[in-house]
Amino acid sequence: MLTLECPYCGVKADETELAPGYEAHLKRFGPGSSPEEFEAYMFARKNPKGVHFERWRHAYGCGKWFLAARCTATLEVFGTYPAQVSEPPADIIKKIQARRPEWKSGWQPDGKGTK
Amino acid sequence: MSTRLAKGGRLINRTAPVEFSFNGKKMKGFQGDSLAAALLANDQVMVGRSFKYHRPRGIVAAGPEEPNALVNLGTGARLEPNQRTTTTELFSGLEATSQNHWPSLSFDVGVINNYASRFMPAGFYYKTFMHPRPFWKHVFEPVIRRAAGLGKAPTQGDADRYEQAYAFCDVLVVGAGIAGLKAAKSAADAGQRVILVEQTPVLGGRAPVDDTEVDGKPVEAWLSAMEADLAARDNVTIRVRTVAAGVYDHGYVLADERVADHTPGDGRPKHRLWRIRTAKVINAAGAIERPLSFAGNDIPGVMLAGALRDYVVNYGVSPGDRTVVVTNNDSAYQTALALKAAGLDVPAVLDARASATGALPEAARKAGIRVITGHGIAKVKGGKRVTGVSVCAQAGEGSVTEEIGCDAVAMSGGWSPVVHLWSHCGGKLNWDDTISAFVPDPTRPPLNHDGSAMVEVVGAASGDLDLSGKPSTIPPVWVMPQGAPIKLRSKMWLDYQNDVKVSDVQLAAREGYMSVEHTKRYTTLGMATDQGKLSNINGLAILADSLGSEIPQVGTTTFRPPYTPVTIGALAGESRGDIFQPLRRTPMHEAHEKAGAYFEPVGLWRRPYCFPRAGETHEQAVHREVNNTRNNVGLLDASTLGKIIVKGPDAGKFLDMLYTGVMSTLPVGKCRYGLMCNEQGFLSDDGVVARIDEDTWLCHTTSGGADRIHGWMEDWLQCEWWDWKVFTANVTEQYAQVAVVGPNARKLLESLGGMDVSKEALPFMQWADGTLAGFPVRVYRISFSGELSYEIAVPASHGAAFWEACTKAGKAFDAMPYGTEGLHVLRAEKGFIMIGDETDGTVIPQDLGLDWAISKKKADYLGKRGQDRSYLASPDRWKLVGFETLDGSVIPDGSYIIASGTNANGQRNTQGRVTSTYYSPTLKRGIAMGLLKHGPTRMGEVVEFNTVKGGTVKAKVRDTVFFDKDGEKQNV
Amino acid sequence: MKRYSVFAIAREALRYHSGWEKAWRSPEPKAQYDAIVVGAGGHGLATAYYLGKNHGITNVAIIEKGWLGGGNTGRNTTIIRSNYLQDSSAAIYEKARSLYETMSQDLNYNVMFSPRGVMMLAQTHHEVRGYLRTAHANALQGIATEFITPQRVKELCPILNIDGPRYPVLGALWQPRGGTGRHDAVAWGYARACSAMGMDIIQNCEVKGVRSENGQVTGVDTTKGFIGTKKLGMVVAGHSGQLAEMAGFRLPIEAVALQALVSEPIKPCMDVVVMANTVHGYMSQSDKGEMVIGGGTDGFNNYTQRGSFHHIEETLRALVETFPIISRLKMLRQWGGIVDMTGDRSPIISKTPLGNCFINCGWGTGGFKAIPGSGWAMAELMAKGEPGPLAEAFNMWRFKEGQFIDESVAAGVAH
Repeated sequence: MLTLECPYCGVKADETELAPGYEAHLKRFGPGSSPEEFEAYMFARKNPKGVHFERWRHAYGCGKWFLAARCTATLEVFGTYPAQVSEPPADIIKKIQARRPEWKSGWQPDGKGTK
Repeated sequence: MSTRLAKGGRLINRTAPVEFSFNGKKMKGFQGDSLAAALLANDQVMVGRSFKYHRPRGIVAAGPEEPNALVNLGTGARLEPNQRTTTTELFSGLEATSQNHWPSLSFDVGVINNYASRFMPAGFYYKTFMHPRPFWKHVFEPVIRRAAGLGKAPTQGDADRYEQAYAFCDVLVVGAGIAGLKAAKSAADAGQRVILVEQTPVLGGRAPVDDTEVDGKPVEAWLSAMEADLAARDNVTIRVRTVAAGVYDHGYVLADERVADHTPGDGRPKHRLWRIRTAKVINAAGAIERPLSFAGNDIPGVMLAGALRDYVVNYGVSPGDRTVVVTNNDSAYQTALALKAAGLDVPAVLDARASATGALPEAARKAGIRVITGHGIAKVKGGKRVTGVSVCAQAGEGSVTEEIGCDAVAMSGGWSPVVHLWSHCGGKLNWDDTISAFVPDPTRPPLNHDGSAMVEVVGAASGDLDLSGKPSTIPPVWVMPQGAPIKLRSKMWLDYQNDVKVSDVQLAAREGYMSVEHTKRYTTLGMATDQGKLSNINGLAILADSLGSEIPQVGTTTFRPPYTPVTIGALAGESRGDIFQPLRRTPMHEAHEKAGAYFEPVGLWRRPYCFPRAGETHEQAVHREVNNTRNNVGLLDASTLGKIIVKGPDAGKFLDMLYTGVMSTLPVGKCRYGLMCNEQGFLSDDGVVARIDEDTWLCHTTSGGADRIHGWMEDWLQCEWWDWKVFTANVTEQYAQVAVVGPNARKLLESLGGMDVSKEALPFMQWADGTLAGFPVRVYRISFSGELSYEIAVPASHGAAFWEACTKAGKAFDAMPYGTEGLHVLRAEKGFIMIGDETDGTVIPQDLGLDWAISKKKADYLGKRGQDRSYLASPDRWKLVGFETLDGSVIPDGSYIIASGTNANGQRNTQGRVTSTYYSPTLKRGIAMGLLKHGPTRMGEVVEFNTVKGGTVKAKVRDTVFFDKDGEKQNV
Repeated sequence: MKRYSVFAIAREALRYHSGWEKAWRSPEPKAQYDAIVVGAGGHGLATAYYLGKNHGITNVAIIEKGWLGGGNTGRNTTIIRSNYLQDSSAAIYEKARSLYETMSQDLNYNVMFSPRGVMMLAQTHHEVRGYLRTAHANALQGIATEFITPQRVKELCPILNIDGPRYPVLGALWQPRGGTGRHDAVAWGYARACSAMGMDIIQNCEVKGVRSENGQVTGVDTTKGFIGTKKLGMVVAGHSGQLAEMAGFRLPIEAVALQALVSEPIKPCMDVVVMANTVHGYMSQSDKGEMVIGGGTDGFNNYTQRGSFHHIEETLRALVETFPIISRLKMLRQWGGIVDMTGDRSPIISKTPLGNCFINCGWGTGGFKAIPGSGWAMAELMAKGEPGPLAEAFNMWRFKEGQFIDESVAAGVAH
């Protein structure tokens, strides 16, 4: 039973207030994209056992979508942040690196982005 | 015999006698008794039968670890099977019956399994009952099923209700023994919000039973001071009769409060389920005593030493007159001393250790109790209760040195810390050699959301078994005697309820079931209702020994919630019957009820399916409603239709992405039908969009789709196009909507008085604001039936009154309400698609001939790329056409169109299927739409639909519009 | 392998069961095998068994990180049915169901397949239409199902409340030869048979890497060293993503927690399996007498084998409403498993970008019932290098083409 802090309204929301939305920071591929690009956008998922960046909506609260950095193996939450960003905030990355020194896989769909 | 002592019993009130019955026999106890104590006070030593061999079973424990003494409690709508007598508070009129026997407790036919037990070792059923094949289902399994199970199955619903509540705290302390009370106080001193839960009705735990001193004070005095102290604090909440059942991630704890178990029918909820969020859990749940494994350790009268002491001290009950104590540690000597102090006979303490020199053994010797060290029990004698024990040397193979007559045996194999709550979320354990038990490893705790330790353990639960701070040592004694031969080992019970013996675990190991999980599952060790509280460690030790391994290497099975079984009703809470789920009702709901509507669930809404009149079937009602709408006028409550306002400078651009068509060009005042697809390209919703003003659109969705589509819009606006200036608002419930449909629709509205609804003022696919009958309305001239039709939105608060006004005015025009099924028939006659019928999540708009609603000009819309994929763009897809049967009959719902031959898996080939099929009251014949491979190119061809019985129905392929092809009726 | 029988039990009883041999050997790995199956759950063991039985390939190792049958095989609700809508699903699940019919005799291990009947309740008109569609599809697929009336539902399951105020039962899709099986026994029976064919089941051996040369797998690095192989099959539900990553490709899969629970045992009161998808819960009674209950999955990636508790509450609300007599029973034990959810909720039995590497995963919430069919199809794929008709539709490239095998389209869910 997760609790995640909504970065908009500041509420420490119980999981029952939230709607999950799976992997974050996906890049949309529309018309003109290659079959491989479109397939990767729609289906290929990192599904990591460990640090994961994902989408949540404070559905039964303020209604806002936000993003969370969470460990799928322990359910530890490293932080939440607004959905309107193209990369995770530096302080969350720093926190993850401190808590999970072995973490390499990055936040981007292609596994990059640990910098 | 087992009886009530003349004196003593710190928990009972001897001035308050309580009458109850067991197996129909009237018995007497006292207020404060547990049912188990009261049964023992009435010399009811045997209380049930075991699961597999139907052996006689007596009370073993005094708490939630009890595996044997389970009863059917109550009757009828208050029957509760498998109720543990040791945790059931006695109340007046309590009715209990024993379980798992036929015809009676003392004479049970099932005991034949006991005599055949040699042929029924662990897992025997995996090796037999295989031939002949049908016998498993028809013969063997029914017999096994009847013999298995424990309590009676209830036959009625539940007479009681249950409550659920939330609570929040900084520290949740579980267990109100000395350690728990101290932890609660120190957290409270630090200013933290504390909740303390205790599974029994009283605080204090085991300490008062053992009459120890705490902080230099007598325990009872210490306790009353502590209770007064905590009770006076605002930041401490104490809940007794409340068991912390499970610890879940992020500090979520489930606690079950037994509010009225002991006062049934007093109007209070039976249980209250607490969902607690706490920053930290302090587990002070104590320790549970372990049995010793000696032959006949399951015979009624053999009890845990601590439990026996509980009965004597707490309830003034002596389970036996002559009790032999057998132990591997000092704590059992307290039982010997307590019995002696109560004036009972303790012929001997058999101590498996070579020597016993602690304070307690010395005290026992001083009290004149015979202590025999280095010895144990070779075998307990007796059938339905203990008659004596054979003594042997622990080191040997069981040659009997002495026989001692007795009617009770108190055993202690050491104590296991209650680590369940530590382990539920992954707290790790270490094996502690000094006390021969698993203890929490504080360096590997379960983690909270921030990675900190979520659970802390104090007191006996942490392995600190001695309150005075001296480390206790408990040497391992897993089998008694050490070299017991197979004959004895096959009479040593590990799991009393499930009949798992030492020999069974050894057999499992021998057969290669070497993982502790394999052994558990193969033997059923620890799978009984006590979930292995008594049996697991002993079983593990046997397994480790059999494998030539060490206990820590073998490891434990996973501790899963709940700690003790939780009543399912409490978990379901108050959501039952009418309030099983939230009910969404339109403003006109009551009017529909009065009109005798037959409702159908649509999501959480209830919508009238039809309005049957006296003597009418639903089908007849639907036909009448359809005919009347076609010929006169029908009224439909369309309030459930989704209504989402999309507004802002970029709203048009946004809707052009959302819909397959173009919405940005829709002129103010006009309506346009639109389709929405998911990113895969599959059609997900449809509806009419109205342009309200320069930067405002109102999007209608399906009834079931409103919330989903609103969420979908917000997803794109917040996560992808967050720089677009668009607001959305779901106003579905803010407006009631009435569809007035049929040739008399305009006349009806005109009779209400108000705005101009003429063809000129309000042409098809336009909308206008105004008033009707004095109500503020927005009227959409749209049609889902092919008739002259208006959909009229009024603020929800006017909905009921407006519906009534329409109904009243409608009388002059033969208006009738119609329901969802009539709506379906009307739209099917016109070939309009229905989301959920023509679509199923795998259908694209192009399949449905809706290419006209897809913009060819737009560079992008959600789903466009998905629709380009090879399988979706294939010319071989099944496409929508109409069907009419050759004989006028109705094609069966769900039918497929067969093709010749079979596929590689031997399945009949198909080439299409029906999606909507109805009897058309207008055309007086069956009509249908469906998907057919290359459908639109096959007009006039006859195809065959299958029936479930194996037959076929022939139908001709045609277009989908069955009625008023040129749309003359709606354009008047 | 010594045969199990009532006579063997009688013989052993006379010597206190001292003569039983190990059900399977626990050997150290050899340096090289003809085929390695990673994952000794039901699907992996069944794959190995049919590699031997159907294709004569017995120089096989089955490598398991933990203990055989310790994953979802041992933690599901044991429902077996094949009343699926789509042809390719129906084919493989019916193959599995028919193999379950004779599995006990085939393996000489009683897996207690109990064809007591499975009913899926229709509680909305939409659901009625969905199940009628399935019934028509099943008629053409050779699967015996029928749509039955509420009265028949009540006769078959008297404890079911068909007249609830919110979702009265309108009918049910009934598969009389669906039922349940003893889940652990399926794994154990296959393991014993594999071992008897000379295959090596290597437990407590974790795969740490997949080695390949020129697009061909050469072997796997494990905690017990490198093990070479000519063919590799990955059958590791819940951890497919990790293994695929080692082999250098990505899967359309999310791992989520699915939960189940059992009540305390009571005397028999329910002889059929009931699934109620509108209210979302399903229940059967085990031979031990426990009510075996399952519900929905979490919606987020999770490898902890612990689900979120509110799903348990939702499921029990649904079932108390459907079966009012269970209100006073007690939940004895709840647990979770990690399931692979694919993009269309249907499984993958497929070749991979590596030539001699094959994958079987994505069974979602419905894997147990498929075990023998899945193993049969996977063995054929591994043996021949190309899928047979059972596996063909389940290739991992279908997502790119949009060729979904979507079962959610019939009102049902895929449990």
